[in-house]
Amino acid sequence: MDASTSVETHHEPHEHDAAHEHHELGWWRKYIFSTDHKVIGIQYGITGLLFLLIGFSLMMLMRWQLAYPGQALPVIGKWLPHIFGPGSMPDGKMTPDFYNSLGAMHGTIMIFLGVVPLAFAAFGNFVVPLQIGAPDMTFPKVNMASYWALFVGASIMVTSFFVPGGAAKSGWTSYVPLAAISDTGQGYNPIFNGQTLWLIGFIFLITSSLLGAINFITTIIQLRAKGLTWMRLPFFVWSQFVTAFLLVLAFPPLEAAIIMQLMDRVAHTSFFMPSGLIVNGTPLSISGGGSPLLWQHLFWFLGHPEVYVLILPAFGIVAEILANNSRKPLWGYKSLVFSVLVIGFLSFIVWAHHMWMTGMGSAVSAFFQTTTLLISIPSVIILSAFFISLWGGSIRFNVPMLFTIAFLPMFGIGGLTGIPLAFNSADLYLHDTYYIIAHFHYIVAPGTIFGLFAGIYYWFPKATGRKMNDFWGKVHFWPTLICMNVIFLPMFLQGMVGMHRRWYDGGQGWNVANEHTIWGLTGFQWNHPISWAAWIMGLAQIPFIINFFWSIKHGEKVNDNPWEATTLEWTAPSPPPHGNFLTPPVAYRGPYEYSLPGRERDYTMQNEPVEPAERSRRKPAAEPVLVSH
Amino acid sequence: MEIPYTISTRPDTGLWNAKVGIWLFLASEVMLFGGLFSAYIFLRIDAAPGMWPHGLLNVPVGTMNTAILILSSVTVVLAWASLKMRRYRAYWWYMLATILCGVIFLTVKLAYEWPQKFEHFGAYIKPEALGKYEKYLGNERRTEKGLEPRIEITGHLHSQNAKEYEVALDPVNAEPDNPAMDRPHFFPLPVTDKIATIEKEDVERATMFLPTHSAYFASYFTITGLHGMHVLGGVLVFIYMWLPVSKRLYQRNPEHLANRVEVSGLFWHFVDLIWIFVFPLFYLL
Ligand code: HEM
Ligand SMILES: [Cu+2]
Repeated sequence: MDASTSVETHHEPHEHDAAHEHHELGWWRKYIFSTDHKVIGIQYGITGLLFLLIGFSLMMLMRWQLAYPGQALPVIGKWLPHIFGPGSMPDGKMTPDFYNSLGAMHGTIMIFLGVVPLAFAAFGNFVVPLQIGAPDMTFPKVNMASYWALFVGASIMVTSFFVPGGAAKSGWTSYVPLAAISDTGQGYNPIFNGQTLWLIGFIFLITSSLLGAINFITTIIQLRAKGLTWMRLPFFVWSQFVTAFLLVLAFPPLEAAIIMQLMDRVAHTSFFMPSGLIVNGTPLSISGGGSPLLWQHLFWFLGHPEVYVLILPAFGIVAEILANNSRKPLWGYKSLVFSVLVIGFLSFIVWAHHMWMTGMGSAVSAFFQTTTLLISIPSVIILSAFFISLWGGSIRFNVPMLFTIAFLPMFGIGGLTGIPLAFNSADLYLHDTYYIIAHFHYIVAPGTIFGLFAGIYYWFPKATGRKMNDFWGKVHFWPTLICMNVIFLPMFLQGMVGMHRRWYDGGQGWNVANEHTIWGLTGFQWNHPISWAAWIMGLAQIPFIINFFWSIKHGEKVNDNPWEATTLEWTAPSPPPHGNFLTPPVAYRGPYEYSLPGRERDYTMQNEPVEPAERSRRKPAAEPVLVSH
Repeated sequence: MEIPYTISTRPDTGLWNAKVGIWLFLASEVMLFGGLFSAYIFLRIDAAPGMWPHGLLNVPVGTMNTAILILSSVTVVLAWASLKMRRYRAYWWYMLATILCGVIFLTVKLAYEWPQKFEHFGAYIKPEALGKYEKYLGNERRTEKGLEPRIEITGHLHSQNAKEYEVALDPVNAEPDNPAMDRPHFFPLPVTDKIATIEKEDVERATMFLPTHSAYFASYFTITGLHGMHVLGGVLVFIYMWLPVSKRLYQRNPEHLANRVEVSGLFWHFVDLIWIFVFPLFYLL
């Protein structure tokens, strides 16, 4: 009926149909099954935050077991078995299987359901089209499909906690053959068991990321506003662009591996099962002939690029906020762009540094040691450029900036402690200890997560027209910063005395964890301050949660550009309407024109035309002009 | 609100959106199948002597399927060209031909090739019992000639009881010393009427040619299965573009339909290309 009327009324063809269709979007189409990149971005954001909270809660449970192994968890310990089943925490005491489930799912949830949806999908969706002056993503329906694929995948992952036997138990890396034989046999359903659901859920998560990443790249290539050339893109857009490429190219090999592990578990093939495997004293009746190493290669071929998927969006956010709050252009924009491209490329040829223990030959390991060291160069360039950007700025210490400034040294610690791991001689000792845990958490927790908090405080006014409360922001920031360091700094020490990252008893029963003291505590005893800091940090998130929801309705109302920023998203109304801009924006200049000399204001937005006077000031003739008048 | 460049090209990139999208999608697909093919290489290099079977697939049928897929890649281009010349009837016929090719390919795979495997039987003999079955395996001669040992007896499972299998032998096991059996045949030879009795005690593992049979069949079924799903997806998309709904799109904006056909045609070429790798890897090498 709709179609027929539109054919009658519009003589010029169809172009207008689309514009007329969505006058009256129902509530469901507007907020739930929306194709608007901003709504989808917010959906991703809420989902990501929710899973960060869930993943963090799993970890807080583990911290109890590590600090007080075998003791009953007070208060909540009693009702946890009602949620996770009797095999989880009988009498409030954690079983080894449940501990393993928590560990595996903490990693999986934090990375694939927390950080990727928030850092890549939420910020990418909400901010990138606005920053490039586009009305939406190129494929809005695909965009919606991408969110719902994530939703299905996430639901499967969550469901896996409640099937008989509980969620996956073989680490976020799901190394075979352990993963291929776990959750099988008596008491386990052939499909509805933890590990199999983990694999099936993952296929949906990968699908979601692929759809999203393809959409991002196409959008950035095709929908940049007039005048927004590549070298005028905000650095955030560049970082999302490279991130999307990493996802497009690195996720599919993992998908292949997951399909094969699924075949091994469901169809009883032997892709990853070596010949002669004996489980609990009985030889398995399988064909064998598979290769456990194959899984590790395919996993880390994704796994390493994935760690850059976690950090690059945070780089982008930090860059925007740094320039904005130091009121000066980002230092070395071009080197930043090239560095991020080089990182993107190199991250595909370093993966085997996660596998030194497998004993690859010296030629192969020389290759991977070299590439691993090479990739630290662009990372160092980026971090140095950020530090230099602060130099001589007139810095505003608002909440986004606090998180941003804290990001820099925290990421620095994480990155520098990676260097020893790049050498297989040092790594053979440190591998699979708490040192590794400390290394990558410094990058993803006080690193990436701080970047994400900064981004939330920074772009919140764009999404809602209101600012989050500054005071409670600081109440959120300081305890979080302190707790992060109390949690992760001692883990370097624990790792160096030799504490293994997967011990269930926190090291209580192991000599190395009890023989020596470091700064007055044994490795095992260090678990106490770490665990307490983790729980306190949990409390420190409450101001954030309240601030977030409270400010949506009651925050201080602000104008469209409260931070006096330069990039295009701040030229749109807050919140931007469907289609984003009132008139299609045109970019006349680079993204960080702060404190231009001879201007009234200390910021010049990208859509402000270059004045003739400015032109002569900015571009001094390359050679002396010798023409006489 | 309109998304720009859905149909027309953006001047500075020279592309419309879906074309960028499909190339990126194909890049991810290359990596997906790349992962599977590298698994194939890994497993094959790692395989113990005699554990990587040869000549178990039907080469003429595979060749025919290859030809059908290549033909369909041609017809889909012709379909697209017809649209560009605004000849809808020709488009309609070429599209139908493409769809039929896809359907034939799938039918051959699912109704003939796969089921044939499910009925074929193989028994791996325990190392210590290999001598007992020398007359079916011919390993003395093979060792002399420097060929890989045979450790499996294959054929049709006639009957079995608690103690033994009765197998109508494949020609390789019926005349193991015949030099003609050293290389796989182009035209597969039918099962002979020679029956062998194999004691279950001597058998390491016995299965039909299922994914569980060996790393070889595991990768064969996984890769051809995934490829088949891609063919099916392509066929469904083509059917949609061939149905009257798409004719209405054509009447409104022929270029839009042409773009859609171009994009799905690119996907179809990719599916074809994958098969060009699958065919030699599994059937010939
Ligand atoms: C800058 C230079 C870096 C170097 C040289 C480096 C080196 C390494 C090495 C060699 C390992 C393996 C250690 C082992 O398992 O024994 C490792 C582990 C890890 N790295 Fe880094 N890394 C660097 C930066 C990063 C960044 C930027 C991230 C994330 C955003 C990251 C995240 C991780 C993670 C998650 C693991 C542990 C994975 C696991 O086993 O669960 N690293 N790093
Ligand atoms: Cu790595």
